[in-house]
Amino acid sequence: MPQHAWTDDQPIVSIKDVHKSFGNLEVLKGISMDVMKGEVICIIGPSGSGKSTLIRCINALNDIQAGSIQVEGLEVNDKDLNKLELRKKVGMVFQQYNLFPHKTALENIMMAPIKVLKENPVEVEARARGLITKVRLEGKEGAYPGELSGGQQQRVAIARSLAMNPDIMLFDEVTAALDPETVKEVLVTIQDLAEDGMTCMLVTHEMGFAKEIADHIYFTDRGVIVEHGPPATFFDKAEDPRTREFLSQIL
Amino acid sequence: MLETFTEFFRQLADDYPRWNFIFFHEPRQWARIVKGFQHTIVLSIACVFFSVIIGVIGAWMQSSPSVWVRRIVQGYIQFFRNTPPFVQLLFFYFALGQFTPSVTGPDGWTEVPIISNIGWAIISLSLFAGAFNVEIFRSGIEAVPESTQEAASALGFSRLQTYIDVVLPLAFRVSLPALNNNLVNLVKTTTQAIAIAVPELLYQSVSIWSDYPSAQYPTMILLFLSFIFLVGILVFGMSRWERAMRIPGYGG
Repeated sequence: MPQHAWTDDQPIVSIKDVHKSFGNLEVLKGISMDVMKGEVICIIGPSGSGKSTLIRCINALNDIQAGSIQVEGLEVNDKDLNKLELRKKVGMVFQQYNLFPHKTALENIMMAPIKVLKENPVEVEARARGLITKVRLEGKEGAYPGELSGGQQQRVAIARSLAMNPDIMLFDEVTAALDPETVKEVLVTIQDLAEDGMTCMLVTHEMGFAKEIADHIYFTDRGVIVEHGPPATFFDKAEDPRTREFLSQIL
Repeated sequence: MLETFTEFFRQLADDYPRWNFIFFHEPRQWARIVKGFQHTIVLSIACVFFSVIIGVIGAWMQSSPSVWVRRIVQGYIQFFRNTPPFVQLLFFYFALGQFTPSVTGPDGWTEVPIISNIGWAIISLSLFAGAFNVEIFRSGIEAVPESTQEAASALGFSRLQTYIDVVLPLAFRVSLPALNNNLVNLVKTTTQAIAIAVPELLYQSVSIWSDYPSAQYPTMILLFLSFIFLVGILVFGMSRWERAMRIPGYGG
C-alpha cells in the first residue's frame, strides 16, 4: 500500500471502521475517529467497552481484523508494518506503570533512546535529567521502581515515553491503580504535556479531568462509539440514554 | 618445613599401611593429583560456561514464534534430560568421535582426532547440563510479567532486545537458586569423564590407588575434600552474585 505523505492539516491519527475480536468475542465493532495534531481526546465508557483495546491497537500491541488505523499516514493494519517506525511516533503509558524493575528511574528513561534509537548516552542522559525535572522527580534519579510510590512510578513511565520524542501519547487508565492523593500529581503532569501541545489520547475514568483537559470526548459502549463531542456539549447535553445513564452514575 | 611434612606422612604410611598418603611424600603422585585437579577445574569452568550459554539461547528459542524451532529445543531437552549423562559421554566419544576427521599430530606421524576426549567431555556435559538450564531459565522467563515486555515493545524494543535487556536480567535473578543447584551437580558430574579417560581428578585418583592399594582411603578422602572445596567456591561465588544482583524494592 503506498504511503501518502502526511501533512499536519490531516488527522494525525485516523481510525476507520475498526473491528477487533479476541477469538469469538468481538470487542471493537466498527470504530472510527480522527484526531488532529495537538488535540487531547478522552475515551470514556464502562468496563469492557473496548476503550483500552482501541488505544492498544493504535500502537499495534493488539492487531485488528478489519478497518484501518493510520498514524501520520502510516497504516497500522498492515502485516509488513515497520513497528519501530510506528512506535517512535507513539508513546504509551500503562495502568500498571510497567517500569523495568532492575533499572533506576533515570536508567528507565534512558534505556530506549540508547538501545533502540542508538543515541549518544551523554546526550540522552542530559535529556533524561530534563525529563525528570519536567515530571517533578528531582532527587529520585537513582531510585529503583520498587522504592517509588505508584504516582512517582507513573511519572517515570511518562518521562520514559517522552524520552523517545513521540508525536502522540497514549494513556491507558494511567491513574486507575493509584491512591486518590497521588492521582493529582500524575494528572498535572499530563496537563503540562497537553499544554505543551502534545497530541494525547486518554482512556480515563477521571471525568472531572476529562472535562477540563479534553478537546473532544468519546463515549464507547459494547465496542461502538455511542456519542462524542466537545466536553461542554458532551457533559451537559448528552443525547443518548446510555451516555446519560453512565454519566449519572459517575458524576 | 616441607621436609617435616613429607617425613610425617612417610612415617604414617610405615606405621599404618592403610593410611599411605602417597601424594604427600612422593612427588610423582603429587604431580598426578595436581594434573587431575587442573583438568577438573578446566572441565568445570568450560561446562558451566557453555551450559549457561546453551540455557540462555535455548530459552530464547523456546519462546520463538516458529513451531519448529520450539520443537527442536523440546526434542533436545527431552533427549539430554532423560538419558544418563554417562551414556551420553560414551556415545559422543565412541560413536560421534568415529566420524570426526583427524589431523596429523605434533610428532608428525600419528593421527589425532580434531576433538580430543576432553573436548568431547566438555561438549557432552555442557549439552547435558544445558538442557536443564533451558528449563531453569524458562521458568525464570515465565516469571517476568507480560506487561513489562509489552512496555518494552511499546518503546520500540525488538523481540531480541526485549529478551536481552529486560527479560533476561529479570529472569536470571529468579533462576539463580535453581541454576546454582544444577551447576553444583554439573561440577560433580565432571568425574564421569573418567569413562573416556579424561585425566581429571577421579581418573588420577583411581590410577593412584590401582598402583598403590595402600593409598586407597587417603585418596578417597582427598577426592571428597577436593569436591567440597570446589563446589564450596562455586556456591560462594553464586551467592555473592545473587546478592550483588538484588534490586532494592523488588522481589524477596
